[in-house]
Amino acid sequence: MKIKALSRPVASAQAPGSDVARAPRNLDPALHPFERAREYTRALNATKLERMFAAPFIAQLGKGHVDGVYTLAKDPNSLERFASGSGDGIVKVWDLTTRAETWSTSAHENIVKGMCWTRDKKLLTCAADRTVKLFDPYNTAVNATPTATWLGTNAFTSVSHHRSRNAFAASSGVISIYDLEKSNAPPDVLKWPNSTDTITNVSFNQIESSILASTSTDRSIVLYDLRTSMPLARTTLRFASNAISWNPMEAFNFAVANEDHNIYIFDMRKMNRAMNVLKDHVAAVMDVEFSPTGEELVSASYDRTVRLWSRMKGHSRDIYHTKRMQRVFSTRWTPDSKYILSGSDDGNIRLWRAKASERGGIKSAKQRQALQYSEALTERYEHMPEIKRIKRHRHVPQVVKKAGEIKSDELKAIKRKQENERKHTKAQFMKRRNEREKMILATET
Amino acid sequence: MEVDLVDETGQQTHFNGALPIDEARTQLATRTMSKEAAQIKRRKEAEKAYGRGRKINVNGIRDKKLRGNLKSLEKKNQDASLKLKDAEILHENTEGFLEPENELERTYKIRQEDIIPDVAVETAKKKFSLKLDALGPYVCDYTRNGRELLLAGRKGHVATMEWREGKLGCELQLGETVRDAKWLHNNQLFAVAQKKYVYIYDRAGVEIHCLKKHVEILNMEFLPYHYLLATVGNPGVLRYQDISTGQIVIEMPTKLGSPTSLTQNPRNAILHMGHQNGTVTLWSPNSTTPLVKMLAHRGPVRGVAVDREGRYMVSTGQDLKMSVWDIRMYKEVNTYFTRTPASSVAISDRGLTAVGWGTQTSIWRGLFSKDALEQEKIQSPYMSWGGDGQRIERVKWCPFEDLLGISHNEGFSSIIVPGAGEPNYDALEVNPYENTKQRQETEVRSLLNKLQPEMISLNPNFIGNIDLVSAEQRKAEQDLDKKPVEVLDTIKNRGRGKNSSLRKYLRKKGGKNVIDERRLKIEELKKSQKERQNKRLEETQESLGPALGRFARK
Repeated sequence: MKIKALSRPVASAQAPGSDVARAPRNLDPALHPFERAREYTRALNATKLERMFAAPFIAQLGKGHVDGVYTLAKDPNSLERFASGSGDGIVKVWDLTTRAETWSTSAHENIVKGMCWTRDKKLLTCAADRTVKLFDPYNTAVNATPTATWLGTNAFTSVSHHRSRNAFAASSGVISIYDLEKSNAPPDVLKWPNSTDTITNVSFNQIESSILASTSTDRSIVLYDLRTSMPLARTTLRFASNAISWNPMEAFNFAVANEDHNIYIFDMRKMNRAMNVLKDHVAAVMDVEFSPTGEELVSASYDRTVRLWSRMKGHSRDIYHTKRMQRVFSTRWTPDSKYILSGSDDGNIRLWRAKASERGGIKSAKQRQALQYSEALTERYEHMPEIKRIKRHRHVPQVVKKAGEIKSDELKAIKRKQENERKHTKAQFMKRRNEREKMILATET
Repeated sequence: MEVDLVDETGQQTHFNGALPIDEARTQLATRTMSKEAAQIKRRKEAEKAYGRGRKINVNGIRDKKLRGNLKSLEKKNQDASLKLKDAEILHENTEGFLEPENELERTYKIRQEDIIPDVAVETAKKKFSLKLDALGPYVCDYTRNGRELLLAGRKGHVATMEWREGKLGCELQLGETVRDAKWLHNNQLFAVAQKKYVYIYDRAGVEIHCLKKHVEILNMEFLPYHYLLATVGNPGVLRYQDISTGQIVIEMPTKLGSPTSLTQNPRNAILHMGHQNGTVTLWSPNSTTPLVKMLAHRGPVRGVAVDREGRYMVSTGQDLKMSVWDIRMYKEVNTYFTRTPASSVAISDRGLTAVGWGTQTSIWRGLFSKDALEQEKIQSPYMSWGGDGQRIERVKWCPFEDLLGISHNEGFSSIIVPGAGEPNYDALEVNPYENTKQRQETEVRSLLNKLQPEMISLNPNFIGNIDLVSAEQRKAEQDLDKKPVEVLDTIKNRGRGKNSSLRKYLRKKGGKNVIDERRLKIEELKKSQKERQNKRLEETQESLGPALGRFARK
């Protein structure tokens, strides 16, 4: 007879004299009952912990500005330098690691409307005093005078630098392309033939670098091509847009912050329809920016909140607010996409975490693994009602909440009215307009 | 042979689990398999052992995003099962066995004395017996990791011991009837069903709680993942108490009198209760009536056991029968005879079934196998023990060991049964070699992951499923532009007789006294159907001729 019985020496689990216990695994499902139920419980706990550790606000930068902060600009060549422009014409440059002011100057007579960094780490600012100025914050002392000045005929509203050429676009009634090397040369002018209104924002595409887009007060979004020096297309929306941001990963997509409380993501090749509509704000969206990964967006709104969005989803994933934060006019991701800066009417520049419950600092492999595991679990079970509820719950200022309720009531009333009208008019034989097409009034090429 | 068989005609090829070789290998060369075939085979094997259900067919999905996500998910699942299969190479131990070397040898003839010299000294030491003949009969219970043993004598003697070292944990002389004893989640606490109440003691034997709600308890069961202690007593009331919070979750009268046996299904934490009238009922804390009632025996059900994957149940009854049940279909697989009513039955991790009947214990192998399409009837037991005049009270397998604990009226015996235990334990699940620190960490972690009683259900994987019906309805409500479904178009115009779908529709909807377009349409349809029928009738009448035509039917 062949006989074998199990024999496991105790020493196989923990060698004598050692304090390290071995942990052999057997992944047979029979040894791990209640797989789903246990995973769900873990996911629920992870979600609760995630909300417990959520603390998005980190600090404000230095002492901020005396007047409201209306523009922010990040240096594409540096992880830690930021510039902010204020309502009283003062421009400050900040160091993010120390959160201190490193340079400042009184750049303009009144509100600084637009700023951007050049490739050689210089700062371009523009304002309603019909000037665009070039500063060198890295190499000059505080309150330095500009190294170059361009005078225009109208008030400037926005500047954007070309990716590779040493040129920038400044918007006023038209878009003027200036060459940085020839400060006296007249600019190239781009404009939609019959448009007369002020262009509020201009933005160069950083990948397809000869394309630029602008928004203007006549509610239109215009795309231009530098190679032909011609406008490409104009799309008129129901409301005016405030800001435009190109997706840094998908060259043809961009987001616009609209006055109708929404953010629209467009594909520049197909302007008769938005790719996505991001709805949650309860007041005009003042600024929007794609994260450096191109997956997420941040928006600043007149409702005193900053919201974070996923590119694919229609509602925000998080809302940031503090008691003292007033109307938020500008917001930016840091280039490592881990933090967010917001500039608001109260003159403070605030630094936020992009993921509210994430903490910086070095994590052990075990910690990282645990975080990844719980993240995967919450993603897997996020459709469960309890998890969904906990994950979605946010404390929202009462004003915003009330405004949201009123807004939803109003929208419902409008919808009801439209449906009632449909029933008794010819409209009932027509298809309803898609939510993603509704806001587009006209497209011209 | 101790157990007679109902049917002796079965073929003799499979005796004692020794499997004949289907295809004898006569050559040294291995059969060549194409690379793809080998890969497919490997994938299939992995899928079988570690797969998580049926695959999703992604080709039929129109939504691009969803299709992409599901595709990557499917790929991930497949990779995971392959990796899990590959990780089997890391298993350190292989299972034990008892194999006859020629046709004359029989495994059931092997006695403990024959096994002892052939196994490792450490293993041989695990066979022991305790002579406790004054306060018996005893019931026994192992902790979840099989490290400690709890013995409780009917007349009030309770003792715990770390049997591997032979160290006594605590010893209590309660001086009153003890009907059942159970370890709780680890070796720190145990519950004892005494004359009137259930008491919880800690490992030192200090009484911690007296559960006064549990009166005259006969059987107890502890659900380790839910931290629920389930008890049922003479009045037949089943109670679930959460031992981490102390709350009674539910009490429900079974209305079937005092129970004769109780066990849990380790896969879904459903309780299987045997009754005097021969039924086995399945209970969960979420329903006050039994989920399932099965008539298992023609007399009281004396013992019930469920295998660890929750597929098969073995029950023994006063009617001298032991039956194997498939509890996915609630169908009897096989029935065996026992000479005297079997008092206790237990199934080991590897599917060995121990049955204690009278003074004997027989161990069966292969009563059920999860891979076989048809369960065969076993002709003889795998091993046997006893016959020395000790009346068996309870048999219990020691987890992760090749050991069977048998408690009887003269004490307790631990015998070696090769091939019973799971050879490879998972240290992060239940660790038989855990140290204090590990035990403490496991306790905290298991409390954090405690499952709610609402999660107990016949199908433990219902959690996380999506409510498809209401989702579909919601979707339909959202899409206002959808064309309304025209009921008349869906009605198939088959022109049948009495119960056509048109007639059914008319019965339900068409009888109203409103004549509108729809109604007219229906009437027209009805008329055309009638005409068609009449026409057909005429045709058949004609074909049958004037004499037989009168018998033609519509």
